[in-house]
Amino acid sequence: MQLSREDLLGAYRRMATIRQFEERLHEEIKSGEIAGFTHLYAGQEAVAVGICDQLTIEDKIVSTHRGHGHCIAKGCDVKGMMQEIFGRGGGLCKGRGGSMHIADLSVGMLGANGIVGGGAPQAVGAALAAKLDKKNRVAIAFSGDGACNQGTTFEAMNMAVVTKAPAIFVFENNHYSEHTGDAYAVGTAKDIASRAEAFGMKAWRANGCDYFETYETMRELLDYVRAGNGPAAIELDTERFFGHFEGDPQRYRGKGEIDRIRDERDCLKAFRAKVADAKLLDVADLDAIDAQVATLIEASVVEARAAPPPDPATVADDVYVDYV
Amino acid sequence: MAIMTIRDAIVQTLHSEMERDPDIMLLGEDVVGGNGTAGGPEAIGGIWGTSGGLWAKFGPDRIIDTPISESAIVGAAAGAALSGKRPVAELMFADFVGVSLDQIWNQIAKFRYMFGGKTKCPVVIRLVYGAGMNTAAQHSQSVYAMLTAMPGLKVVLPVTPLDAKGLLTEALRGDDPVMFFEHKALYGVKGEVPDGDHRQRFGEARMVREGGDVTIVTCGRMVNFSEKAADKLAADGIGCDVIDLRTTSPLDEDAILDSVEATGRLVVVDESPPRCSLAADICALVATKAFSSLKVPPELVTGPHSPIPYARELERAWVPSPQKIEAAVRRALAAG
Repeated sequence: MQLSREDLLGAYRRMATIRQFEERLHEEIKSGEIAGFTHLYAGQEAVAVGICDQLTIEDKIVSTHRGHGHCIAKGCDVKGMMQEIFGRGGGLCKGRGGSMHIADLSVGMLGANGIVGGGAPQAVGAALAAKLDKKNRVAIAFSGDGACNQGTTFEAMNMAVVTKAPAIFVFENNHYSEHTGDAYAVGTAKDIASRAEAFGMKAWRANGCDYFETYETMRELLDYVRAGNGPAAIELDTERFFGHFEGDPQRYRGKGEIDRIRDERDCLKAFRAKVADAKLLDVADLDAIDAQVATLIEASVVEARAAPPPDPATVADDVYVDYV
Repeated sequence: MAIMTIRDAIVQTLHSEMERDPDIMLLGEDVVGGNGTAGGPEAIGGIWGTSGGLWAKFGPDRIIDTPISESAIVGAAAGAALSGKRPVAELMFADFVGVSLDQIWNQIAKFRYMFGGKTKCPVVIRLVYGAGMNTAAQHSQSVYAMLTAMPGLKVVLPVTPLDAKGLLTEALRGDDPVMFFEHKALYGVKGEVPDGDHRQRFGEARMVREGGDVTIVTCGRMVNFSEKAADKLAADGIGCDVIDLRTTSPLDEDAILDSVEATGRLVVVDESPPRCSLAADICALVATKAFSSLKVPPELVTGPHSPIPYARELERAWVPSPQKIEAAVRRALAAG
C-alpha cells in the first residue's frame, strides 16, 4: 500500500470528523433541540472513508438513512450539515431535508435516503449515465444488512449486471436492521456478498472496522470496475456503536456488547495503533487532528445553534423548477 | 404540416429531441425487444410501437432495454437525472406505477424540495393508461389523480397528435419530473402536426369548443367522448364549453372558472373511480372559487367505485360514455 503521510493524516481526519460529529449529535439530541429522527454512523467510519478516499468528485454515491458518514467522507460541508440537522435555513438543504435527506450534488453525493433500499436503483442510473459519458466514473450504492433484503436492491443488482453498468453495491453489515439481527433477517447464513454473486457479479468481503483492509479491498474492486468489467459488490463487516435511531433503548443488545465492540472493533483505535506501530505517524499528529476536529465540531454546533430558522414563508418554495 | 397518429407524433418527437439533446436516454421493458433471443434485437420499438427506430439510431447506451423491474427502471431514471441526464422511463402500463411507486413518490417527486432546491430531476415517465381494450383491472387504470396529488410532479395527458408533440417536447426541455400519460385507445388517432419545433406550455387548457350553456371539464380520452356528447346536444340547440385540461398539474384554474362563471353549470368527466378523483378535485375548486356562479349542483361523470372489469359489457358499463355525458348535461340543464 502506497499511502502517503498526507493520505494517512487526511483519512484519520475524516474518520475523526465523522466520529466526533456523531458523538456530539448524540449529546445534543438529548437536549431536545434537534427534531425528528437521527441515525448515527459512529463505528462504521472506516467504510465510508476507506471507500470515498478513492473516489473522485465526479464519482457518485447514494447513501442511506444512516448517511452522515457518507456525506462527510464524500466532502459535504460539516457546518452546513450541522445546520441542516438543527433545522436551520442556512443548512445544506435549507432545513427542508434534515438528517435523512442531506445531499450535495456538487461533490457527487446524490442524497441520503429515508427509504431503506431506495438508493440502489439510483446508483444504477448514475452508473448508466457514467457509461453514456464514457468518463470512467463509478456510482456507489451504500446499503446495509437491512436494505440487502429489499426488492429494489435485487432489481438494481440484476439491472446493473444486465446493462454492464459501473455500479458498486456496498453492503455495510452492522448486524442490525433496525432492531433485528442479521442472524435472523438475512437468509443467506449472514452472507450478503453471496447474493451479489448470485446475481452474476464479482463480490469482495472485508473487515469494515479496518481502514486499511477496506481501502485495499476497495482498491482492487475499483480497478476491476473502472476496467469496464461491469458492476461489483463488497460486504463489509462493521459495527454500529449507537442504536438504530437516537432514543433507541437497545434492549436487543447483548450484555456488555457495546463496551466490547467499542473496545475491540473501534476502527479509529485500530487506525491509531497501526500507524503508530508502523511509525507512519506520531501519536501527537493524531492528537493534534483530534483537537482540530473538536474545534470544528464545536464551532459547527455553536453556529448552528445561533443560526436563524428557515422563513416559514418559504415552505412551498423549490417544489418545482418552474410551475405555472 | 403532416397528418399523423399520436403514436407517430410520439416516435417522431423522441427521434428529433434525442438528436437535439445527447443527454436524453430511454429506459423500459422491450423498448428494443428481442435482446437475448435467437432472433436477436428486433427493435420492435415497444409493444405500443412508440420507440420504433430509436435503438438503431442511438444505440444501447441511450436506448436501454431493461428487465421487468419497474422500481429499477424508474429508480435508474432518477439516478441518471441526478447525474445530469434527461431520462425517459417507459412504464408499459400505467398500472405498474404500483410496482415503482416509491421511486416516483418518495424519490423523484421530492428530491428538489428535500435537497433545498439545489438540484433538479428532469425525468419523463411515459405511462400507458386507460380502459377500452378489455385489459381488465390491472392494465386499464387511469392513475393520473394519484400522481396529480403529489407535489413535485407534473402530469400531462395529450389527446391530439399536435399536443402529443407539443407536450412531449415541453416535457423533454423542462427541468421538472413529468408524468406523461398516453391513452392506449388513442394511439391511432390522427391529426395535423407541424413539421418544425412545437412546444405546448403546461397549465394551458384547450378550449375544444365553446357553447355557452354548460361547461364540460375533462381530460384524456374523455375529451373525445365529451365532444361526441356535445355534437348530439348541439343538434338540440344545447351549447357546451368543452375544456381539455391537457395537464392536471399544473392546472389551468382560470379556464375552468371563467367558463363556469359564464355558464353556471359544471359537468366533470373523469375516467376514474369517483372518490378523491380529478372530478372531485375540479368540483372542489369550483365550489371554493366560483360557488356563487353555480346555478345547479355540479354533475360528476366517472366510473363506479370498483375495479375495472374485463368483459366487454362490463367494461362498457364502467367507462363514462358519450351517452352518460349527454345525460349529465341534460340533468344540469333541467335542474334549474
